[in-house]
Amino acid sequence: MNPVEWPVLRQLRHDRLGRGAAVKSSRSMTLRPRTAQADKVIKSICPYCAVGCGQNVYVKDEKVVQIEGDPDSPVSRGRLCPKGSASLQLTTGSSRRYEVLYRAPHATQWEVLDLETAMEMVADRVIETRRRTWEWETDGKRVRRTLGIASLGGATLDNEENYLMKKLYTALGVVQVENQARI
Amino acid sequence: MAECHPVGFQWVMEAKARGATLVHVDPRFTRTSALADIYVPLRAGTDIAFLGGIVNYVIEHDRYFRDYVVAYTNGPTIVGEGFEDTEDLDGVFSGLEPEERCYDPASWEYEEHHVPASAGEREQQWDERVGDEEVRNRDGGRSGKAAGSAGSASGGEDAELAAIRRAVNRSGRAHSYGSGGAPVDQQVERDETMQHPRCVFQILKRHFSRYTPEVVEEICGVPKEQFIKVCETLCDSSGRDRTSAFVYAVGWTQHSVGVQYIRTAAILQLLLGNVGRPGGGILALRGHASIQGSTDIPTLYNLLPGYIPMPHAHRDENLDAFVEGAAADKGFWGEMRSYTVSLLKAWWGDHARPENDFCFDYLPRLTGDHSTYPTVLAQIEGKCKGYFVVGENPAVGSANAKMQRLGMANLDWLVVRDFSAIESATWWKDGPEIATGELRTEDIATEVFFFPAAAHTEKNGSFTNTQRMLQWHHQAVEPGGAARSELHFYYHLGRIIREKLAGSTEEMDRPILDLRWDYPTEGAIAEPSAEAVLAEVNGWNASGIALSSYTTLKDDGSTACGCWIYCGCYTDGVNQTARRKPGSEQDWVAKEWGWAWPANRRILYNRASADRAGKPWSERKALVWWDAEQAKWVGHDVPDFEVTKSPSYVPPVGARAAAALAGDDAFIMQADGKGWLYAPAGLNDGPLPTHYEPQDSPFPNLLYKQQRNPVRQVYSHRHNRYHPDPSAPGAGVFPYVLTTFRLTEHHTAGGMSRWLPYLSELQPEMFCEVSPELAAQRSLEHGGWATIVTARGAIEARVLVTDRIGPLRFDGRTVHQIGLPWHWGPNGYSKGDAANELIAISLDPNSHIQGDKAFTGDIRPGRRPRGGQVNALVDDYIARAGITDQTGTEVTDGR
Repeated sequence: MNPVEWPVLRQLRHDRLGRGAAVKSSRSMTLRPRTAQADKVIKSICPYCAVGCGQNVYVKDEKVVQIEGDPDSPVSRGRLCPKGSASLQLTTGSSRRYEVLYRAPHATQWEVLDLETAMEMVADRVIETRRRTWEWETDGKRVRRTLGIASLGGATLDNEENYLMKKLYTALGVVQVENQARI
Repeated sequence: MAECHPVGFQWVMEAKARGATLVHVDPRFTRTSALADIYVPLRAGTDIAFLGGIVNYVIEHDRYFRDYVVAYTNGPTIVGEGFEDTEDLDGVFSGLEPEERCYDPASWEYEEHHVPASAGEREQQWDERVGDEEVRNRDGGRSGKAAGSAGSASGGEDAELAAIRRAVNRSGRAHSYGSGGAPVDQQVERDETMQHPRCVFQILKRHFSRYTPEVVEEICGVPKEQFIKVCETLCDSSGRDRTSAFVYAVGWTQHSVGVQYIRTAAILQLLLGNVGRPGGGILALRGHASIQGSTDIPTLYNLLPGYIPMPHAHRDENLDAFVEGAAADKGFWGEMRSYTVSLLKAWWGDHARPENDFCFDYLPRLTGDHSTYPTVLAQIEGKCKGYFVVGENPAVGSANAKMQRLGMANLDWLVVRDFSAIESATWWKDGPEIATGELRTEDIATEVFFFPAAAHTEKNGSFTNTQRMLQWHHQAVEPGGAARSELHFYYHLGRIIREKLAGSTEEMDRPILDLRWDYPTEGAIAEPSAEAVLAEVNGWNASGIALSSYTTLKDDGSTACGCWIYCGCYTDGVNQTARRKPGSEQDWVAKEWGWAWPANRRILYNRASADRAGKPWSERKALVWWDAEQAKWVGHDVPDFEVTKSPSYVPPVGARAAAALAGDDAFIMQADGKGWLYAPAGLNDGPLPTHYEPQDSPFPNLLYKQQRNPVRQVYSHRHNRYHPDPSAPGAGVFPYVLTTFRLTEHHTAGGMSRWLPYLSELQPEMFCEVSPELAAQRSLEHGGWATIVTARGAIEARVLVTDRIGPLRFDGRTVHQIGLPWHWGPNGYSKGDAANELIAISLDPNSHIQGDKAFTGDIRPGRRPRGGQVNALVDDYIARAGITDQTGTEVTDGR
């Protein structure tokens, strides 16, 4: 490189703050943001708190490559907080599990189950527990329910998911259905 | 707000830039305090005294918005002669039944009238409306009280009625109350001069008269001059031309008097005319993306969708009796039958017919409090056997974390659905009880299933944000591996159960086999269509056409609607929640972004933004108004009022439901059309807020003999011991006030943050905030370790010595407060002990939410003991404090 083109000289000559031409290299000239390379941008909403900030989800090769604030949102005007800004790591990070795990009674370790088997096992347990703990009446009053099964959670989920949960539980006679609104 | 909802806080900063004054009241100095005009530290747990002091100031100095109060609140309404206030009874209201730990609310009612609540305990007067008749009929017509009378049901022959009421009250049902009582043509008695000694305004004035600035200083630790400055600022910023808003994070709800905290703010905002107007209101900043949605479409035991109460068990109750017991004569709850029948049609379709009461009998019944904490106790007792934990982390995130884990250790089976191996999934091999030896993995019989969940980017669906706005998030990619949405899990679980039960002739299986459960699925993983579910939530008419408004719902079975308040979110068969017209292309209301319930209204009760005649209180604060030429309500927002109902409309004799609302009844969900300064029904712990000390407090109640909320819910259990009264000999063992809080960089119980490297680097471990004075007193070193102890547990935390949580001094006393973030647990990248190990289960009697924002404890330098020694430390504290199974459980305590 021509010594006159050394970054420090460039900075002294015409980029005092070192935020422009002085810090460019032939490699950085070729770099493009992930957002510019995305195949598509999907409109979404931040999954953390209840402010409901808009998110743009950038997808390339059927993978999420970046998540940023949506400037169109009248709620957030493109901003995200530290949690919302970490949504990419939340959704694509290495801590996420992708297998169904099962711990048998008294076992000391997990084992891996396939999804269909696990779903069948849970369905069997719901049916069996419901049968065993069913109440038609309590203190002479019709209750048509089970107090043998409970559920906790819903505030992190979609409305449609909560709807199916409440509908299914109620039809099963499960009344101990609760979520974070009680915490 | 700047810490926990920073992006929302930008609007506070916008307001400040335009001249608004920002007051921040918090035990800790936070980023919000740093940007506030006035920062007011107060002792945790004393907010009712603080707010009540402002109520007193507003009344004493005639700073209330008189025209608004007379027109739109129940200030002029006359209360019955039977009501006795805490002023009369030294801290309790009339109707207290100490043996039953509850109130009989009959004496709180308006003169001659039962008026049902639009929220809260809406079936509180069920016995008077339906039950009397039921018991009378069964007893062969013995003379009882006339249905609708205001008599108490505490007499011996009415014991059964009293038992029904208590059970209903405990169940925490949100409901309205019945038709047969106060006919609408008999308007409740009002004195618009507000001089009648029994009118609400005069009762309110007397009730809060002892909440003087001196008392506020004494109880809250807020200097009198600073308190008066807050009062003046608030009053100067309210009225015709100005409005003020209260904003709270849900810590306000997490007290044994949490609902009454919010009530005090509501009283203040009604007095100042700050409800239903732009820039006004009380805004709850909630902590989960759809916690509002999961309350509207409730995964809550006491509600059906749209705040219809879950039915309580009564003898021979049918749909008519249910509606009679819970609906209102006047206002939009008068149409509860239409909402309920439409819900039953959405769930049971063609099986729900008039001749079978639309399958009303298929709904399971409540018999008391089935909320999450009693459920955990039922798990420990072995009554509750199976447990689904879905996107929540109770093993560290709920009060008394040990009892949460002990409950799970006593289950037959546990299903956990989350992104990562959270503590609620792994307690059986690495939980604190394994370390102490209380549990041995090999002895735990619980089967545990962990299902990986899909992220928001991997599924379609809507969140309802904290301002009631539904926003759709579109799927970007398919979930990987076995990760699935909850929509997938519950749809297919239901499908499999129905397949396994197909052909069953058991009556108990009818509701599940007759259920409408035929959602279309898409793609390789057979994901159910979220939009099809939303269409059902919205509802359709007999021709299958999407409904556009809840006012079109019918009670004859010709409409189906899964959640009446969401009716209209799929108008014209179009997903209104997915609307995204850029904010920059809209006015300040931005009605074309998402969809807000009800009917896309952005500010509730906005009829109150105009005066009685329908004219805005001021041009500056105009929102909706009556346009006489067009003969309709118009404005910036969607009017929260019947659009063609004139301000001068007077309901004809015999009118009911919406037609019974007068042209100036702005609070259209209320059975009297008015905002309630005084709650004659709906609350379990009194019609007015009263300052009580928290369950665990180092201070006596300076206002009344009554120390604590007499009807708070407490549970005597060896793992749930309470601290002694401040006057008891052992009180000094737990000398400090503890409060919990959240951080910008973590989310609730950590399931969505402690596993993320970025966020874990930003907030790497559990800590406690203490003042330099406390650090000196207890030899705590900045950056070192401290152990915090209560009668429930002991945890360790890094010490952060800071002026942000200074001691409060008043009248020769000093109180040190300790701040504890509650995000941690032993798993993930960022680890630490859970603050919930320290917190007792003691609940608000209305919401059944735990008090965890103000309690007591001790702090000592160094790490906590390891193994079983940690329990020995706690036991030593319990012994030294003289704690028994009765400590802190008294009803009329402090006497």
